[in-house]
Amino acid sequence: MMNKVLFKKPKNELETSSRFNRKTNPAIPQELCRSCPSCKNMSFRSDLEKNYHICSKCGYHFRINARQRLNMIYDIGSFIEHNQNLTSVNRLDFPGYTEKLEQATLFSHEKEGVITGVCKISGFDVCIFVMESSFMMGSMGQVVGEKITQLFEYATKHHLPVLGFTVSGGARMQEGMLALMQMAKTSGGVKRHSDAGNLYIAVLTDPTTGGVTASFAMEADIILSEPEALIAFAGPRVIEQTLRQRLPKGFQKSEFLFEKGFIDRIVPRNLHKETLSNLLTLHLAPKGGETHGSL
Amino acid sequence: MEAYKRVALARKKTRPTGLDYIENLFTNFIELHGDRCFGDDPAMITGLGFLLDMPVTIIAQERGKNTKSRVKRNFGSSHPEGYRKALRQMKLAEKFNRPIVCIIDTSGAFCGIGAEERGQGHAIAQNLMEMMALKVPIVSIIIGEGGSGGALALGVADEVWMLENAIYSVISPEGCASILWKDSSKTKEAANCLKLTAQDLLELEVVDKIISENHRDFKLVYKELKINLYKTFKKRKVLPKEELTQLRYERFRKFGAIEEKELID
Repeated sequence: MMNKVLFKKPKNELETSSRFNRKTNPAIPQELCRSCPSCKNMSFRSDLEKNYHICSKCGYHFRINARQRLNMIYDIGSFIEHNQNLTSVNRLDFPGYTEKLEQATLFSHEKEGVITGVCKISGFDVCIFVMESSFMMGSMGQVVGEKITQLFEYATKHHLPVLGFTVSGGARMQEGMLALMQMAKTSGGVKRHSDAGNLYIAVLTDPTTGGVTASFAMEADIILSEPEALIAFAGPRVIEQTLRQRLPKGFQKSEFLFEKGFIDRIVPRNLHKETLSNLLTLHLAPKGGETHGSL
Repeated sequence: MEAYKRVALARKKTRPTGLDYIENLFTNFIELHGDRCFGDDPAMITGLGFLLDMPVTIIAQERGKNTKSRVKRNFGSSHPEGYRKALRQMKLAEKFNRPIVCIIDTSGAFCGIGAEERGQGHAIAQNLMEMMALKVPIVSIIIGEGGSGGALALGVADEVWMLENAIYSVISPEGCASILWKDSSKTKEAANCLKLTAQDLLELEVVDKIISENHRDFKLVYKELKINLYKTFKKRKVLPKEELTQLRYERFRKFGAIEEKELID
């Protein structure tokens, strides 16, 4: 009886928040500071923002949303968004899905789990997509698949490179098989873009799993990743439940995949723009040795 | 029929497996092994055979018939080398201009330490991408369970057919119930919601044809499949290569029930 009282669920929100505050740090308001989930170091939000949301002490990469990421990458004022008003339809009448979409829209201030468009990076025209983890964990439904496929089709038509930042929990199960079909659809888009001789660079961020790993995330010409990002086909919990054994430390982190040869480079967030512009220059700058000039 | 009953039927142990289909649909079958990278995956059978008078490449997932063979076949769940072996055979089919038959029956790609280490996601992704551009006709048939990415890795075809009591799903109903509702007793509701039966998927145009099981008389099923496969390949073999791949691209391109909402400020 006693236990029940002690461990009961809070009845109202106030009760939860007071508990929550006691557990973290009561003296420092959450709006000003964030504690690093890895080393518990407290940093001012303003400092974090200046440091690309990387913990100054241990180098932990905080999760950031798609707009923040976009702002770090493109040349100022050069981003033009595509298909920003596409929204999903609950075609299977999956219970609770319509409400979930509404909540996700309110929570993330985005209409779907990916932002696509064109921009300039160090002067090069690039098609870009950035997935949004706060919209249903970046899960891939019909709209995510459609926006990404349209982007690849646009890039193929205009001979532009594609740069993609992935973060996803996999296919969106509330859309059933229609979500799974997006894996094939996006792969078709990537294939055509690739066959036409265009460059596709993917940057895998924490976490990239399931149907996205098993489609366009792993189909890039060059695959980069943030440090310590979880990159998996089956998530660690699923594997633990299936095998009933603990997984080794660091399993499925980007360093592990790098060691196994599935990632070209692990690039910390503060070096993204530099690395990407170097890669773009190497692919897109006027090629030496092709003109008839003398040395 | 209730969706969950179909799930049970699709997983029934006495149901014919990939090997039965190989034996009954093709003659002169010869199995070819290995992915040339790591190993041979017994959960994936690949080889050549005649469909009537037409040489074809056959790729079939096999779950095994008794405990011993089920263990050997890893219950039909492939490792990355299985998918790589399948892709290798598909590329050979393209080289020698043979149509490809894929027989799908898996609860999903295997999830385990070795599978992740060797790039399960990468192997499936490569298959999706390469199958989209293969210049020979492909037909995929789901004979039992079509489990998510592990099934789709053989499912990027010109036509996808499904047996009457087969299922094809983005996630198992058990997985869906435990993730969404944290309650594994809601498996039946999950099966209904996921729209995983042949009839549902025909309506959604995910599959093109349902093969009737004729009250489990599989002799008739094999006969019908044989005739249908032959006719389909004959029809598609004469298409120009660009048209063939364009039609396949469009088949998958169409999925997306999307509405454009006006911006409300």
